[in-house]
Amino acid sequence: MTVYWLCFILFLTGLYGVITRRNLIKIAISLSVMEFSCFLFLALIGYTEGGVAPIVDMADPVKTYVDPLPQAMVLTAIVIGLATTAMLMAVIIRIYRKYGTFDIREIKNLRG
Amino acid sequence: MMNPLLPLLVAIPLAGAFLTMIIGRFIPGIPRYMALATLLLLTFISIWLLVEGGTASSVYTMGGWEPVDGVPIGLYLIHDGFSALVLCIISVIGLLSVTYSISYMARYTSENYFYSLFCLMIAGMNGVVLSGDIFNIFVFLEISAISSYALVAFGVEKNELEATLKYQVLGAVASFMVLFAIGFIYWSAKTLNIADIRTAFSEGGQGNNYILIQILLLTGFGLKAAIIPFHAWLPDAHSSAPSPISAMLSGVLIKAVGIYVILRLFFNMFEITEGMAILITTLGALSMAVGVFLAIGQWDLKRLLAYHSISQMGYVIMSAGIGMILMARGLRSEIAALAITGGIFHMLNHAAFKGLLFLNAGAIEYSAGTRDLRQMGGLAKSMPFTSSTSLAASLSISGIPPFNGFFSKLIIIVAAVMGRFYFLAALAAIVSIITLASFMKFQRYAFYNKEQAKFNKEIREVPVPMLLSMITLAVICLLLSLLALPGIRETVLSPATDILMDQAKYSSQITGM
Repeated sequence: MTVYWLCFILFLTGLYGVITRRNLIKIAISLSVMEFSCFLFLALIGYTEGGVAPIVDMADPVKTYVDPLPQAMVLTAIVIGLATTAMLMAVIIRIYRKYGTFDIREIKNLRG
Repeated sequence: MMNPLLPLLVAIPLAGAFLTMIIGRFIPGIPRYMALATLLLLTFISIWLLVEGGTASSVYTMGGWEPVDGVPIGLYLIHDGFSALVLCIISVIGLLSVTYSISYMARYTSENYFYSLFCLMIAGMNGVVLSGDIFNIFVFLEISAISSYALVAFGVEKNELEATLKYQVLGAVASFMVLFAIGFIYWSAKTLNIADIRTAFSEGGQGNNYILIQILLLTGFGLKAAIIPFHAWLPDAHSSAPSPISAMLSGVLIKAVGIYVILRLFFNMFEITEGMAILITTLGALSMAVGVFLAIGQWDLKRLLAYHSISQMGYVIMSAGIGMILMARGLRSEIAALAITGGIFHMLNHAAFKGLLFLNAGAIEYSAGTRDLRQMGGLAKSMPFTSSTSLAASLSISGIPPFNGFFSKLIIIVAAVMGRFYFLAALAAIVSIITLASFMKFQRYAFYNKEQAKFNKEIREVPVPMLLSMITLAVICLLLSLLALPGIRETVLSPATDILMDQAKYSSQITGM
C-alpha cells in the first residue's frame, strides 16, 4: 500500500510545482513529474507478486502472470506525453524569443 | 449490428491530415481543397448515419474481437442517438469553418500546416465521440488537444503564445487527472470498456475510491469544458486563435471533448447519485451566472463571445444536472427527459450560433482590422451581410423567437419549473436577459454607432467563401428551431435522451444481449 501512497504524493508534488513555480521550464518539469507518477501508478496496478511475463506455456500452465494491459497503456501514454512535452517546450522557446524571459510574472499581456 | 462506416469517420480525417501535409509540399495551393473534400465527405457520412440510423444504434469492433461470455474484449466504436448528433455538429461546423478559412487564412504563411492540424483535430474529436472504451477516449482526447494547442498558437505573436501556454499547462493537468482516474477505474473494475465498467460498478465492485474517480473525472473533463472554477484558459485561448479556429473551439471542441464525455460517463458509466447530481447542477448554474457577468464588461469582441460560451455551456450542464437529480430521486422521469432534451438541444443550437458569431467577429477583424468594440461603428452600411447574419446569431443566443435559442431555453426553463427548481428557472431567465443586454451592446457599437462611422468609410464586405459560410450558418440557426416541433423532436432529439436515460440499453448494444 505504501507504494501507492508514494505515487499519489508524487502526483501532488507535481501539481504543487505547477501551481507555485514561476519559471516556465520548472513548470514543464513539474508537469513531467505528474505525468510520470501516472505512469508509475498504472505500472504498479499491473504488478502481481511473483508474476512472470504473460507468455502462456502449455507444458507448464499454472503460473502467476502480471497483467499486460496496464503496460500497454503506459507505452501509449508515454508516447502521448512525449508529444505534449515537445509541444510545450517549443512554445516556451518561442516565448523566450518574444519576451526575453522565462518568468511567468513578466508574461501578462492578456487580462480581464 | 456491425457498421463498416464507423471507422471511416476517424480514418478519413487522419488520412486527410497526413496526405495534406505530404502533397501540399509538392503542389502549393492544394491543401485547402483537400481539407474541404475531407470535411465534405465526413459531413455526408455523418448525416447519412443520422438519417439512416434513426433510433437504432450500431457498433463496430476493431479487429473483429467479439465479446466472450458477454464480456467485451477489444476496442468498440459505438454510434447511437447522442453521438450521432455530436458527430453532425463536428462535421457541419468543421466544413463551414474550412470554407471560411479559404479566404481568411490567405493572410497567414504555411497554410498546409493549418489544414493538416485542422483535419487532425477533427479526427481526434470524432474518435472521442465514437469510442466506447475509456482509455481510447483519453488517446483521442490528446490528439485533438495537441492539435488545438498548435492551432491556438498559429499566429506566433506575444498574445497567441501566452494564450497557448495557459491552455497547454491547464490542458496537461486535466489530461493527467483523467489518466489517473483511468488507473483507479482499472484498479477497481479490472476493465476499460464503459459498458463493462458500468456492470462491474453496479455489481458492488465500487471500492473505496469511487468518489475519488468521479471527482477526478469531473475535474479533468470540466477543465476541458471550461466549467466555471476551471475556466481561466478559455477566454485567452478562444480569443487569440484565428477566427475559424475560435469557431471550432467554442462551437465544437468544448462540447465534443468536454460536455459530451461528462454526460456520457455520468449517465452511462456511473450510477447516478444525488450528491454528484447536485454538484453538477451547482457547477452548471454557477458557470451560467458568473460567465455572463464576466462577459458584459468586455470590450474585446472575441473575449466577450468566449465568456458567453462559458455561460451557455452552463445552461447545458445545469439542465443535464436537473435531469440527474430527478432520476436519482426516482420520480417524474418524463420531466427528467424534458430537461435532458432541453440540454442536448441547447448544445446543438450553441454550436450553430456561437460558430456564426465567431465567424462574424473574424469578418469584422478581416475588414476593419480591429477587435475593440469602441473602434468599430457604422459597419451596418459597409458590411450588410455580416451585419444581418450577426443580428440573427445575436437574437438566437439571447433567446428571441423564432430563432433556435428561444426554444431550447424555453424547454430548459419549463423543465426546471415543472421539476420545482424555481430558483434555477428564475436564474436561467435572468441570465438570458443579461445576455440580451450584452449583445445589444455588441450590435450597437459594432454596426450602428454613427459617431465612429466617418472613420470607417472605406471598409468593404468580406470575400464570397466567408459570406457563404456565414449565411449558411444563419439559415441553420433558423432551421434548427424546427427541431422543437413535436414530430421532428421525437425522431432527432429523443433517441439521444433515451440512450442517456436508459442505462441497460447502452450496455446491451455492446455485449449483444
